[in-house]
Amino acid sequence: MSATPPIDDPRSSEILEPGHTFASVTDKISSIVLAKRTPRFWWIGFLLSFAVTLWLFAAIGVLLLKGIGVWGVDIPVGWGFAIVNFVWWIGIGHAGTLISAILLLLHQEWRTSINRFAEAMTLFAVAQAGLFPLLHLGRPWLAYWLLPYPNTMALWPQFRSPLVWDVFAVSTYATVSLLFWYVGLIPDLATLRDRAKRKFFQILYGMGALGWRGSAAHWHRYEVAYLLLAGLATPLVVSVHTVVSFDFTIGIIPGWHATIFPPYFVAGAIFDGFAMVLTLAIPLRKIYGLEGFITLRHLQNMAKIMLATGLIVGYGYMIEAFTGWYSGNVFEQYSVWNRLTGPYRHYYWALMACNIVTPQLLWFKRARSTPWFLWCIAMVVNAGMWLERFVIVVTSLHRDFLPSSWGMYAGTVWDWSTFIGTIGFFLALVFLFIRFLPMISIFEMRTLVPEAEVHGEAPPSPGRLEGEV
Amino acid sequence: MSDERKLLPTLDPSRLESLRGIEYWRSLEELARTPEFEAMLRRDENAVAAEGFDRRDLLKFAGVSLALAGLSGCTRQPTEKIVPYVRQPEEVVPGGKPLFFATAMTVSGYATGLLVESHSGRPTKIEGNPLHPASRGAADLFAQASLYTLYDPDRSQTLEHLDEIRPWAAFLRAARQAADQEKKNGGAGLRILTETVSSPTLASQLRGLMQAFPGARWIQWEPASADNVREGARLAFGQDVDVVADLDGADVILSLGADFLACGPAHLALTRQFARRRRPETGAMNRLYVVESVSSVTGANADHRLPVPAHALEEIARRIASSLGVGGAAPQGSGSAATADAFAAAAAADLKAHAGKSVVLVGPEQPPAVHAIGYALNHALGNFGRTLRTIEPVAERASNQLAALTELCADMAAGRVSTIVILGGNPVYSAPADLEFGKALARVPSRVHLSLYKDETSAACQWHIPETHYLEAWSDARAYDGTVSIVQPLIAPLYDGRSAHEVVAALSGLPESSAYDVVRGYWRGRMGRDFESAWRSALHDGVVPDTASPEKAVSVVGGIPPAAPAPAREAGALELVFRTDPKVYDGRFANNGWLQELPDPITRTAWDNAVLFSLETAQTLGIEKQDVVALSAGGRTLEAAAWVEPGLPAGVAVLRLGYGRRLGGKVAAGVGFDAYRLRRSDALWAAEGLTVRKTGRTHPIACTQMHQNMEGRDIVRASSLEEYAKGGAKEGGEHGDVAEEQPPSLYAPHPSDTYAWAMAIDLSACVGCNACVVACQAENNIPVVGKDQVRRGREMHWLRIDHYYGGAPANPRHFFQPVPCMHCEDAPCELVCPVGATVHSAEGLNDMVYNRCVGTRYCSNNCPYKVRRFNFYHFSTQFRAPSMRMLANPDVTVRWRGVMEKCTYCVQRINGAKIDSELAGRKVRDGEITPACAQTCPAEAIVFGDLADEGSRVSKLRASKRGYALLAELGTRPRTSYLGAVRNPNPALPDPVTTAFPRTALDDETGQK
Repeated sequence: MSATPPIDDPRSSEILEPGHTFASVTDKISSIVLAKRTPRFWWIGFLLSFAVTLWLFAAIGVLLLKGIGVWGVDIPVGWGFAIVNFVWWIGIGHAGTLISAILLLLHQEWRTSINRFAEAMTLFAVAQAGLFPLLHLGRPWLAYWLLPYPNTMALWPQFRSPLVWDVFAVSTYATVSLLFWYVGLIPDLATLRDRAKRKFFQILYGMGALGWRGSAAHWHRYEVAYLLLAGLATPLVVSVHTVVSFDFTIGIIPGWHATIFPPYFVAGAIFDGFAMVLTLAIPLRKIYGLEGFITLRHLQNMAKIMLATGLIVGYGYMIEAFTGWYSGNVFEQYSVWNRLTGPYRHYYWALMACNIVTPQLLWFKRARSTPWFLWCIAMVVNAGMWLERFVIVVTSLHRDFLPSSWGMYAGTVWDWSTFIGTIGFFLALVFLFIRFLPMISIFEMRTLVPEAEVHGEAPPSPGRLEGEV
Repeated sequence: MSDERKLLPTLDPSRLESLRGIEYWRSLEELARTPEFEAMLRRDENAVAAEGFDRRDLLKFAGVSLALAGLSGCTRQPTEKIVPYVRQPEEVVPGGKPLFFATAMTVSGYATGLLVESHSGRPTKIEGNPLHPASRGAADLFAQASLYTLYDPDRSQTLEHLDEIRPWAAFLRAARQAADQEKKNGGAGLRILTETVSSPTLASQLRGLMQAFPGARWIQWEPASADNVREGARLAFGQDVDVVADLDGADVILSLGADFLACGPAHLALTRQFARRRRPETGAMNRLYVVESVSSVTGANADHRLPVPAHALEEIARRIASSLGVGGAAPQGSGSAATADAFAAAAAADLKAHAGKSVVLVGPEQPPAVHAIGYALNHALGNFGRTLRTIEPVAERASNQLAALTELCADMAAGRVSTIVILGGNPVYSAPADLEFGKALARVPSRVHLSLYKDETSAACQWHIPETHYLEAWSDARAYDGTVSIVQPLIAPLYDGRSAHEVVAALSGLPESSAYDVVRGYWRGRMGRDFESAWRSALHDGVVPDTASPEKAVSVVGGIPPAAPAPAREAGALELVFRTDPKVYDGRFANNGWLQELPDPITRTAWDNAVLFSLETAQTLGIEKQDVVALSAGGRTLEAAAWVEPGLPAGVAVLRLGYGRRLGGKVAAGVGFDAYRLRRSDALWAAEGLTVRKTGRTHPIACTQMHQNMEGRDIVRASSLEEYAKGGAKEGGEHGDVAEEQPPSLYAPHPSDTYAWAMAIDLSACVGCNACVVACQAENNIPVVGKDQVRRGREMHWLRIDHYYGGAPANPRHFFQPVPCMHCEDAPCELVCPVGATVHSAEGLNDMVYNRCVGTRYCSNNCPYKVRRFNFYHFSTQFRAPSMRMLANPDVTVRWRGVMEKCTYCVQRINGAKIDSELAGRKVRDGEITPACAQTCPAEAIVFGDLADEGSRVSKLRASKRGYALLAELGTRPRTSYLGAVRNPNPALPDPVTTAFPRTALDDETGQK
């Protein structure tokens, strides 16, 4: 073979820039966290997003004081931004688990450099998502009634309701994602503990490291736990959005009551999740000079997944419209027709443009390997997936069976505040994450370094790295 | 601060040791007993005396002492022990059993007999009085909503003179002085202005007053008066006479602008008679022809409706008359359309074929000549004595109100009036604009106004006396046929209110007489020998027997007056038509939240009166819904929001009276547009020469049903009588058994070993009058949410009346469909509630458990009928005002923020009846339970009962050939079922009964939010 192309050449298939050693990987990644001086861009970004977070809290305060009426929901559109945002954030949260669990089980080595912050992103997105089902209740302070807890009245939740399934699905997903992320962090926390100069951080990271010493037994248990958690998380990738889609499919409203929803929601979630990973990864690799770790190969792989899931989603749209027409049911037919030509048609066509047309650019390698362009496509997909949920929730409800009860829906200033507020909250958490935790898994990256290649009989295992920690 | 620090205790250990037993201390300082502490105690005691003070301080303290002296009255009151009833008050059943009392409410002078439910002495619900001729058990929306007025916190509460609160005695003194003054010249400067009076007692009092002051005048003014009816009768019969219709025997009804199903003193009785003949199963259906210039409820129920401009209605009447050989040759056509010719010919032929079994009704807004034509027609058809009766006039002093008011204005303007007493009414607001009543009134030196609210007229008078509500005061009133009811109060006046009886008594020099004394005094000697028992039975029954006006033999003497020469009209000239509002009437109910929030029966708009244009006219003028237009007529201009209503005649703009109030309560003020500003005395009901100019601004209008097109769906089933008789297919689906259309279900059927409550709604009988909606609101503590919330789609009505158009937009057919909760057996709402807050009862009710609801709104999303209502805010705070608190029905929970609610089939009434039946050891009988909507329905369109009882009325109706369930194909198995509408069109006229309506500009609902 001729000389390998440089890392920033689209033809490069490297997942780690050649020339890295154990020490250079550890230095590069941990220095971002351990650097004394916080970069200026971080302060600007964090303070801005934190300000938006405070605005979110203000919006929540107004909501709790005055009631759900401050939002735009009405009869017939009983669900609005809250559910749209909930589904959107949950969808975004899918990429992390997919990358961590499924790609791990499939031995996709390239996942290593993106899994950590994809998982973090998942957690933060699920946290945003979790806010909405609580806030959208008429009486949020009674949300715990959806949990099956023992009480003197022997009252249980109504288990036939998809909202109860949602509670289980989302809380399970949040718990497993958190565990998975945290277990994966433990060796790196130990590294940080050992490299931190200041007492405070030594103690802080030390507590997080749970006494990790890097012994063979530790590595062994770690490997088993991580594999088990990956196995646990894998079905969740499929189940969570399936259950979320049940919120709609179990209803009898035309536009909701469709069997295609579960697979099409899952594909949509992965589509959106990867778009969000790209949205975050592309600026981060640039700013922190991590092009050597998050290489163009990574970006291209993610773009390909987006293209594939985008096609599935597009297929879902077509089948949805086709079955609506083919059903011969006047209500279903009208529901489709109303999406295409009704008062919310602009949303529908914008959604088509964002989610079907735009991703077709990813067929071109040039598009896939031009980071700024890929970032733009990812942003368009993020917006498109939000529109998709808006179209599903609102256009189905606003014109259902009896024309007499047809109505309109529009988000109010508090709807927008809450939505934008959660984006701010999400970003604020991401900023804290990249400042205080290694955004790329140090020890896993080191397995990619040529030094880690097996020379003897010993099986390839991170355990070999023991002595160097 | 520093002082306190100095006082920090230094605990002397010896002192601690000296403590024996339990000693209580409040602070460490006290415990330590330091000298500083002791000093502080002393200083506080002697603070005032020891530190000394100067003259200023002395004055300050003196002032404070004086002010605080009042506080000594705030001592604890001696204990007063209360004891439960030793002797039970008669008839009060402990445990919340309500009592019912008969009384009567008057609108424009005519009474509707009512039964009022009273819980622990406070009226909470109004029903019709079955014994009363104008009610027959039904109550209209005005009566239902009058309860809100009773408790309305905006009601005037104090007697005021020049905005200062004064005692009644002060008024009495002033009244005596004024009376003495007026006496001097025989009362020539005294004027009494009332609304239409039918109360025998008040009339007798006023007659007495007129005798005492021979020069005084008593004027009656009512914005929607019966002047035209009266003048028409004079034209036709040469004398004053009231004509009373009886639709039981009427096979063909022709209405010339008469909205007899929604307006007028007899509308409840007429609706009942009309609706009884609209059911094809129970005998021959009647046929209704309506000629009108507006879109009225009656027109919406017509088998054939002809929209014509107001000026052209007389011509149609003449044409029909001439076809029947009355009044000479047909007027030479002023180019009226072929449809009008066909209509007139068909109606005339139909009337002729049903001579003696038909009736021609003329609206009070029509000029006297049309009334005369109507009477002549009825006479020619031999309807007098069969479907029409002539009786002695019911209202007192049947004079021309407009003429009297015009004269009064002239007198006032000329300074011939020194004292005016206005008993009720709001003439400053409601008098024709050209009379400039307000300006003339200002020239009267002494002005007194008695009214429920401090309104525009109160503001123009020196004395304002708060009026008692009819549920607070004794009076009497007559129904449309003359039957007298004693108006008995159910509650002592909430405020310092007085009735007209008391004010007139005060003017007559009898200041001590209460209304009770006055009314009893009048009837003593008029109720037979045993007055007390006759009085008691009159109160109990709500009617005084044998008081109906006697028949009056008449003959048509005048014939038909010759047609006035038609003034030259430009093509495309516009005409402005005024009508009373179906909700606030002439403005007197403008502060009633229930009525303001009620959607208009046809346009479904609430909270505003828009100026209405037909689709065609609006397109010609380039007007869209919610555009603000400047209307100019007769030199006056008014800006009003426009609305488009299919079915209005071309070239006509319709504006309802009663809005645009400047004063008179927080609800009324600023809502809608004041039509009175354009209303002239020479054009009370229709003004020609209207010009419309767009202002370029818009005014938001709240509409509860933006979409009145059925979109080809099987929602209201309708057919013509012919199709129905053939039993064949008809518009929108087959008539058939409710059960047949239900798809199979995977769920096991619900056990049916107990009651199975169900409701059947007859769309053929329902006239769309809205009374049920207000009745439901009153019974179930449903809050008013306000215009903004209605615009956001958050109105709370548990029962709504959907209105759909069918046919051609120029003259559409109208279909009404009351939609309560369907109480589905397989309810989609129950499935999706995560906390089980909406559950199925053994008796098939879909129960809503408010306590358990967390407010996900999933149930509403999944309800195909969208009958669920959500408390987006704490709407029920309106029940917190002290008076409004009394409004709430104690049998129904007041819901709080964040909770879903919906129709319960009046579960409180179901359970009440079940308890009664269980005490009696029997099952509930059919008809024993009547939900509020069914009880008040004048058309008897709503029937409730037990489906498990095969003999029950609801079972039979459900099994009827017309029965169907709404959206049955969804498999929800609704317990509420409908009976398809059957119309009885004349086969000679091409006017198909169709629910199909073309998609038009009307369908655009995006402007709502």
